[in-house]
Amino acid sequence: MSARATTRRVLDDAGGFSAMTWVMTIMLFLTLLAAAGGLGLRSATVALDRQLEGRLTVQVIDGNAVRREATAARAIALLRRLPGVVQVERVPAEELARLVRPWLGTDADDADLPMPAMIDVDLAGAEATAAVSTALARVSPTIRVDRHESWMSPVSGFMTSLSWLAAALVLLMLAATTAVVTLAARAGLESHRATIEVMHMLGSTDVQVARLFQRRIALDAALGGGVGGMAALATLAFLGWRLTALDSQLLTGIRLGVVDWLALALVPLAFVGLATLAARATVIGALRRTL
Amino acid sequence: MASIVQFENVGLRYGTGQETLSDVSFQLGAGTFYFLTGASGAGKTSLLKLLYLAQRPSRGIIRLFGEDAVTMSRDRLPAMRRRMGVVFQDFRLIPHLSAWDNIALPLRVAGLPEDEVEQPVREMLAWVGLAERAHARPATLSGGEQQRVAIARAVVGRPEILVADEPTGNVDPDMADRLIHLFESMNKLGTTVVVATHDFHLLGRVPGAQMMRLDRGRLLDPTGSLRHPPNEIDP
Ligand SMILES: Nc1ncnc2c1ncn2[C@@H]1O[C@H](COP(=O)(O)OP(=O)(O)OP(=O)(O)O)[C@@H](O)[C@H]1O
Ligand SMILES: [Mg+2]
Repeated sequence: MSARATTRRVLDDAGGFSAMTWVMTIMLFLTLLAAAGGLGLRSATVALDRQLEGRLTVQVIDGNAVRREATAARAIALLRRLPGVVQVERVPAEELARLVRPWLGTDADDADLPMPAMIDVDLAGAEATAAVSTALARVSPTIRVDRHESWMSPVSGFMTSLSWLAAALVLLMLAATTAVVTLAARAGLESHRATIEVMHMLGSTDVQVARLFQRRIALDAALGGGVGGMAALATLAFLGWRLTALDSQLLTGIRLGVVDWLALALVPLAFVGLATLAARATVIGALRRTL
Repeated sequence: MASIVQFENVGLRYGTGQETLSDVSFQLGAGTFYFLTGASGAGKTSLLKLLYLAQRPSRGIIRLFGEDAVTMSRDRLPAMRRRMGVVFQDFRLIPHLSAWDNIALPLRVAGLPEDEVEQPVREMLAWVGLAERAHARPATLSGGEQQRVAIARAVVGRPEILVADEPTGNVDPDMADRLIHLFESMNKLGTTVVVATHDFHLLGRVPGAQMMRLDRGRLLDPTGSLRHPPNEIDP
């Protein structure tokens, strides 16, 4: 029998899955999901912003089809010459028709319908936007420039809020875990009061007594962390698979990079560390008040 | 012979009632054997608790190993307690540990490596006649057997002071003699021994033992020899 095994049994630890282990499992599972959600949303927001940044749609709105085509051609020619423009692409008429079909039905195929000419423009960066807009305005007043950023920014803002919410949830969960550990440690001190008194009388230091509790809580947290972590991993894998199947423009940005996975892997470790420290602080704090 | 413990006008009051101990003054000579007697409720356990640092006095001065034990910081207590062995009146064995592990506890608490733990524990178990019950838990031991485990735990670390509160209360006279003999041999090796007992039969068993008698919280010291040990060497 090793000293370690013996001192662990001083507190009559049953070992295995206790109520505390379950609490730890659930806490860690929820924390990991919140953290993964937050990280995924953050990467999606970054991807969205990068996509929208420097993306313009140029429209030529003119009832006269001939004049419209001429203006569009001049605009394209101008855009190709402007510095900072990476790519210019005329949106094909069929594509436009397809876009408006849900609203107009088959009428959209009617060639006489005055549809605007649309040109997708990719800029090297957002800085070029103003110069491009003024240059195009000089070509014709029928040209309108739409910045994707401006109409997508509420979405991006919403997603940013969600990431912050996720971060707040993670913090709340860690706070709740600390509270649970503190309560458990206090209850443990109470129920093992006689044993602790004997340990003290035999010359145990507070740190030695605290270690008995720390070890138990760390074990619970590690066991809970393992199971909760596995469950979270399975859930994330499932969600990832569903996400891929969705094939949505907006959602494909939700990706967990290597750094994100590393951060998630650190959560269970932080969990065990936090639980251990909380138990230690509680026990030592309580023992300070005894003789 | 230097004194290892000094009490000066020590008083102890639990809560707000009368003083349980009043004006207790004495010195314990290093290497001496003491019996502490007194009627039930006289305050023997209370006095021993002050001695083994389980209780702080309400007033007075206590010096232990030359240090002021009353104002001593908590951080110093473990080191002081490791120099003492205590047999509690109610044994206080740890219920989930075997006799072996209970006895080994003081050595492990002191941080001894496992190979230095085994031999003393085995020896102590044999001494108290429990070699066959090494793996039994306290609940499966008789009262007397538990008491012997408690004694083995108190002496296994070869403490400088051994404090025993009614250590023979639950054993037959033969075993009582044997345990007293164990204390005596420890005393011969230099340990200061304080044994609280009701058992007057024991008192004659240790030649040269000093008597301390408590009467309703006061230490009787008609000759003043407890306060000022005759062969005390003043520093
Ligand atoms: N923790 C405590 N709180 C309040 N009163 C106490 C406490 N411990 C002891 N007393 C009281 O102090 C007095 C002395 O008790 P103590 O246990 O020291 O006596 P004792 O001489 O050891 O008796 P016994 O021979 O029965 O063991 C008793 O009246 C007891 O009720
Ligand atoms: Mg008593």
